[in-house]
Amino acid sequence: MKTVKTLIATAVTALAAGTALADITVGISLPLTGPASGLGIPMGNQIKLWPTSIAGEKLHVIVLDDATDPTNGVKNAKRFVTDDKADIIMGSAATPVAIPMAGVAAEAETVQLAFSPASLPPGKDGWTFRLPQSNGVMAHAMVGLMKKQGIKTVGFLGYTDAYGESWLKDFTAEADKNGIKVIATERFARSDTSVTAQALKLVAANPDAMLLVASGSGAAMPHMAVVDRGFKGKIFQTHAAATRDLMRVGGKAVEGAYVVSGPAVIAEQLPDSHPSKATAIQFVQQYEKAYGAGSRNQFAGHGYDAVLVLEKIVPMALKKAKPGTKEFRAALRDALETMGRTVVSHGVLNWTKDDHWGFTNETGVMLKVVNGDWKVE
Amino acid sequence: MARVGRSFSLERTLSMDLSIVSILMLDGITNGAVYALLGLATVLVFSVTRVIFIPQGEFVAYGALTLAIFRTGQVPGTVWLLLIMAVLAAAMDVRLSWLHTRQASRAVKAGLMTLAIPVVVSGLSIWAAPHDLPLLVQALLTVAIVTAFGPLVYRVAYQSLADASSLVLLIVSVGVHFAMTGLGLLFFGAEGFRNPAFWDERFSVGPLSISGQAMIIFGVSLALIVLLWQFFNRTLYGKALQATAVNRLGARLMGISTHGAGQTTFAMAALIGALSGLLIGPTTTVFYDSGFLIGLKGFVAAVMGGLHSYPLAAVGALFVGLVEAFGSFWASAFKEVIVFTLVLPILLWRSVAGGHSEEH
Repeated sequence: MKTVKTLIATAVTALAAGTALADITVGISLPLTGPASGLGIPMGNQIKLWPTSIAGEKLHVIVLDDATDPTNGVKNAKRFVTDDKADIIMGSAATPVAIPMAGVAAEAETVQLAFSPASLPPGKDGWTFRLPQSNGVMAHAMVGLMKKQGIKTVGFLGYTDAYGESWLKDFTAEADKNGIKVIATERFARSDTSVTAQALKLVAANPDAMLLVASGSGAAMPHMAVVDRGFKGKIFQTHAAATRDLMRVGGKAVEGAYVVSGPAVIAEQLPDSHPSKATAIQFVQQYEKAYGAGSRNQFAGHGYDAVLVLEKIVPMALKKAKPGTKEFRAALRDALETMGRTVVSHGVLNWTKDDHWGFTNETGVMLKVVNGDWKVE
Repeated sequence: MARVGRSFSLERTLSMDLSIVSILMLDGITNGAVYALLGLATVLVFSVTRVIFIPQGEFVAYGALTLAIFRTGQVPGTVWLLLIMAVLAAAMDVRLSWLHTRQASRAVKAGLMTLAIPVVVSGLSIWAAPHDLPLLVQALLTVAIVTAFGPLVYRVAYQSLADASSLVLLIVSVGVHFAMTGLGLLFFGAEGFRNPAFWDERFSVGPLSISGQAMIIFGVSLALIVLLWQFFNRTLYGKALQATAVNRLGARLMGISTHGAGQTTFAMAALIGALSGLLIGPTTTVFYDSGFLIGLKGFVAAVMGGLHSYPLAAVGALFVGLVEAFGSFWASAFKEVIVFTLVLPILLWRSVAGGHSEEH
């Protein structure tokens, strides 16, 4: 929606009125409309709570809507690097949009902090760092629990898009290592009104557990279809489904579901030993103070973490160069690769030159839906 | 050994036995019934007004989501949109009437006529929202709200262009579609809703388990199809609408108001959309933008009927539903590809052999 886009653009421009050249410019492309707007909107809300300066430098934030459209994402990214001379670009929260944006980032030699687990071919992610956990890290936590439960076979029902595809790849790899087999694979689209046929085929294959890859309230429909066809085994959902919308839409049918999640959304329930507990609680308190109790959300957490990362890398880069220069952008990248173990609300980040995914395996938490609420497993 | 046993039983169950075929058929026909309704609405709108009504699906989402918001005890955003559109349409009517008659009283009267129904419906909805009324009452209100949109959409977007070419009307339709989807996001938010079933019963017929909701879908679809058919063949007003469809100028010379016909048609299309929304609301999660693809499949069905034949559109819709169900079973990753590719040869055949008359 154009109005929202214009409103936000105006608001941000007004906020940043009178910016000098030395300000740190951050260009953010978010899906504020379109299919992934459920991810982009809470993120936009979190960005409104960002500080106005970092390490004594004014922060100039430009948020543009990409409408969950890869073409728009690329257009936004190009605008950031050419017109706005952004020091760092961020986004998008939708994987299919974040992937082509990486090309622009690499060409312009500007760091991209992707808000989605964007899979890129080796060598193409030189300037791209991901803030969400890789599906592999999440699959690690999930497979760990499956192994403990003695699950040997899994049926897969996932989105036909990049998110579903990369989960299938990462989960299969992780499962293979632990002697778990994916015995049936079916696909569906978010806009589908029925997955009866897919559920029928999966239930007939009779796996020990089912893995559903879908996001937000869209994750309830396949769940209900699988339960409806009489599946009695355990059902697993991914971190994109770790929102209360799953229970709101799914009701009793999703009771007993296992959902993998970043630690941010279940801050208070985390065991004290979890490194992110304190940061996660700070995030939740800040966000819910602004937007009401229970409004916390996985993607708002990534928005919060982006600031934590900026606060760490900007001082490091400022020592080497001035904002707005090519050298500063390169210094930001070096800082990201050398910043070391950094605790954020979503886990522990440790980007290196060879690993731009960053999160360590201690990140993923398994939740179970009990009486319509999350319980740490 | 256990492995062998499993893969053996897997192959056996995956082959198409009768129970799988029947479950898939049921699924396909249930979806097809909704596509049929939307296909009929598309044919209806096109034949009377020559508008290819792409936003037909939006009424489906508006219907399902308006009811969902009613269930939460809030006033649905669609109510405010209805009021805004009613004021806009009334202002247009006042202006038009003033330009034609130069009589203030007649101009005001024309405006009030346009305002009356939407204001009453909105007032009722605002009063009813916090009262937690029974599901059926809320459903009726939802139908009233969405139906009231029909004539207003026609008045605001299409009426002044009634004599433009089909292409111009199509472009307007695309605009209306984007506007309605965007407003849907504004009013309902990005997350989806699922409504409670109107009838929670389940019936077992052999291997099949038919839900009460599916029965309602069949019943309502069939009833609406029969009603439409009766309306156009038996009633004077229905015949008048058909006359407008055949020849606008001729109909006007016979004293039939083409604007009135357009508004009635759009009201009927919105009504059908709202009902479809209520029908699918309990069977799937509906998002603010879910309507488009559902409407598109209805449109494909309508095109199979050459945009003028109701029975062919209904058959086409069932075909689309069935292809979809079986496509998802065999190759779920390519379902949409299968549906729209299978439609191509049929469209080709229709456009070559259809011999349809070019618009005049």
